[in-house]
Amino acid sequence: MKVILRHPTREVEIEGPASVATVLRQLEILPETVLVIRDGELLLASEHLEATDVIELRPVISGGSS
Amino acid sequence: MKCRVCRGKAAIKIRRHNAAFCPEHFTDHAVRQVEKAIKEFDMIGADQRLLLGVSGGKDSLALWDILTRLGYAVDGVYLELGIGDEETHSYSDVSRRYCETFASERGLKLEIVDLSTRYGFTIPEAAEVTRRVPCSVCGLSKRYILNQAARAGGYDVLVMGHNLDDEAATLMANVLQWNTEYIGRQHPVLPATDEGLVRKVKPLIRLAERETAAYCVLNGIDYEVEECPMVEGNTGIRMKEWLNELEDRAPGAKHRFLFGFLEHAADRFAASGVELAECQTCGQPTTGDTCAFCRLQLRVKP
Repeated sequence: MKVILRHPTREVEIEGPASVATVLRQLEILPETVLVIRDGELLLASEHLEATDVIELRPVISGGSS
Repeated sequence: MKCRVCRGKAAIKIRRHNAAFCPEHFTDHAVRQVEKAIKEFDMIGADQRLLLGVSGGKDSLALWDILTRLGYAVDGVYLELGIGDEETHSYSDVSRRYCETFASERGLKLEIVDLSTRYGFTIPEAAEVTRRVPCSVCGLSKRYILNQAARAGGYDVLVMGHNLDDEAATLMANVLQWNTEYIGRQHPVLPATDEGLVRKVKPLIRLAERETAAYCVLNGIDYEVEECPMVEGNTGIRMKEWLNELEDRAPGAKHRFLFGFLEHAADRFAASGVELAECQTCGQPTTGDTCAFCRLQLRVKP
């Protein structure tokens, strides 16, 4: 499947089918730090992904001044 | 996994609440959390005029939407900081456009303050001249200009989009250094002062940043997803990464850390009574003769 990552925006291929949790583990990303989005919908960690899916892992951590 | 409220298909799980929600009931949950924070800390009085600092990011736009749903009339102010590509200032331009689109689609009032036009410098220029970390000069400029905008517009309350992660990260950074003065000032409500500091409140304190991002996605709010290009090495991000590792092992750790501090320890660090006076250059409150922003301006544009 195609996984879109940000900061900077790039794509990686991950073997599927797999669960969202498996993909996050493979990429060493903590679930608390991203939203997983497919076709504009949020996915839970337990969700099943097909090899043909395209998902975005959108980081939610923002930095900067306060 | 099913929505805790309606048993429909869940879109998001919040581990620290041990609950999952469908889009509709997550939205409802987020709105109620903000309402609860406003009540719990007595943030906003009846008929007070509210000004929200907006950046084009997930937090401030989600908050603007939530406050509007709760029936508050809130105006926004955006600071054009001149960040991004040297020629086009693209990061700031894109961020501003998200704010403008959000406001115009909802008929909300948005003021734009351009740092370069009004004060003669951008954040990259100020960072370069002073050799300070960009986030430091940016934070100083934001605090100054937002307070000034609130005073000039006759607003009673300055509303900020700091979320649970922001506040927990700030607390952790200050505790690790035992910056007792800063720890004493950490509270979701900073009262107005006679010398001209406008009351400042943080209604997102009960929502993690993953939840404000989810709120935007689920409610069709477009926001600046890219990170500020000047943020590299920022201490706050490092603190957040460590806190998220804790949270992964012990859901609720961030909330317990911050709210435990507010409940059990904040009063032990009460800020010492620093005397404020009017800046001799601009009239805004300061601890010295000339405020830090005027000194910064003088260094960048002598």
